[in-house]
Amino acid sequence: MFPLSNLVRAKGDPKILRSGPSSLTMADKLTRGLGWFSIGLGLTELLAPRKITRALGMRGMEPLVRAYGAREIAAGVMTLSTEKHLGLASRVAGDGLDIATLAVGLVRPGNRRRDNVALAIAMVVGVTVLDIAAARATKVAHGRNGAGDRRKFADRTGFPQGVEAARRIGTTARTAGSA
Amino acid sequence: MKALVWHGKEDIRCDRVSDPEIQDSRDAIIKVTSCAICGSDLHLFHNFIPAMMPGDIMGHEAMGEVVEVGSAAKGKLKKGDRVVVPFTIFCGECDQCRRGNYSVCERSNRNKDLADKAFGHATAGLFGYTHLTGGYPGGQAEYLRVPFADATHIKVPDGIPDEKLLFLSDIFPTGWQAAAQCDIEPTDTVAIWGCGPVGQMAIRSAILLGAKQVVAIDCVPERLGMAEAGGAITINFMDESVIERLNELTGGKGPDKCIDCVGMESHVTMSLPDTIYDRGKQMLMMENDRPHVLREMIYVCRGAGVISIPGVYSGLVDKIPFGMAMNKGITFRTGQTHVKRWTDDLLRRIEEGQIDPSFVITHTVRLEDGPDMYKLFRDKQDDCIKVVLKP
Repeated sequence: MFPLSNLVRAKGDPKILRSGPSSLTMADKLTRGLGWFSIGLGLTELLAPRKITRALGMRGMEPLVRAYGAREIAAGVMTLSTEKHLGLASRVAGDGLDIATLAVGLVRPGNRRRDNVALAIAMVVGVTVLDIAAARATKVAHGRNGAGDRRKFADRTGFPQGVEAARRIGTTARTAGSA
Repeated sequence: MKALVWHGKEDIRCDRVSDPEIQDSRDAIIKVTSCAICGSDLHLFHNFIPAMMPGDIMGHEAMGEVVEVGSAAKGKLKKGDRVVVPFTIFCGECDQCRRGNYSVCERSNRNKDLADKAFGHATAGLFGYTHLTGGYPGGQAEYLRVPFADATHIKVPDGIPDEKLLFLSDIFPTGWQAAAQCDIEPTDTVAIWGCGPVGQMAIRSAILLGAKQVVAIDCVPERLGMAEAGGAITINFMDESVIERLNELTGGKGPDKCIDCVGMESHVTMSLPDTIYDRGKQMLMMENDRPHVLREMIYVCRGAGVISIPGVYSGLVDKIPFGMAMNKGITFRTGQTHVKRWTDDLLRRIEEGQIDPSFVITHTVRLEDGPDMYKLFRDKQDDCIKVVLKP
């Protein structure tokens, strides 16, 4: 794909000829996708709660759907931020809430849209699996490895003549400066 | 040539790009022999600095050999010269450069109109940084065009390895300036927040400038270990209260001089309410920076003390207790580094063996491995403190 940014480069500045592999891991890409999905779903829940409750046979629950929409957007923003692990954790918790709420629709007396509710639960379960996978992969990709076995760098003084010699240089310079 | 290129948030790639060309008679082209990833590159990596554009070449710590010189730079440089490239580009002729304020050179920022709007008055051009500072291609590449090269260079002698000299480009003078602008007295306690590469240099600088006591604050064990090796007393803020410990170390008076080597992405314990507040606002783009360190410094600094800020901030910060700062008579010293102001003295100190800045290097890899190194450095994996890349 031709990089559009080449068009605005100054004459003589380097322009991309061929792109290499990205620093984004599969976990990062999945997480980013889930973040945008979260925002999209949240907006839908906020703006069209009635359509959702009607499709699920759960009329009267519009305020709750709106609140879940706000929660989805917040989780999405967090998932797209540098604190993606927090965003993913909040998404997993939200998935649990969604499943519990949908379960109410499944056992609601007289609900003729139980098939839709079952389908929705299946979809949420699927997304939950993705959320958990992304959270685990993110932890593996970005977590600190080898905790408890850290190097101390005790030999990295930076002063070839030693710390005390460096202190003397500072003290001598100060004394000379004030004399 | 190969270069590390910014494609978006957390997306760095080693791309094949066209070679840079001489654009002005004062330019030179450098064949890069060593370059490094800086902590402030991570702010770009996270897309916290506005006005980046896909296709921007990263990197502002580079050195190498001159391979091409513009006609007007020929009196100062010639092919084969070995140079370190300061990260601040300066003309050497404007009023600010004549005053030694190279990082606010009035001529080197080629996006001056944009920068004037963002900052009030433009700052100098910087390599491998936002388009607010000129959008100049950076030094994490095989070749680098140096604008105003007749001024923007530090000639270095043969016989000293790159690793000892490379950091004259940024982190060593940055740590030095942070300490020097504290006007350290022999009785001073200097507290330094952040033990990343700039913090490590600031610790050594404060000792060489004669501080009585240097205290280093962080939560990363290996960084605290390296700080201790350099002569600092360390505080792990995950284990103890920074304010209580600093007061204890200073007989209840607080540190005379405070240095913020953290900047806009402070990592603090989630038990502190301002952390949650800042993170929330930053996520929602209602605040550019997380200024926990600034707040803590203002609170704990001794009256009439100095707060020096080499850590990068990008824009708006919130809930700064400025009344506290004003009433305590605190002096703030900030700014991008006036690299050239310090480098003659620092090169002399390296040559004399007073200091060897290569102590901070933990990883040396090929340029092609750069994208992975960004992640490794950001995530502090494998005890990573400083990465040097070899094109």
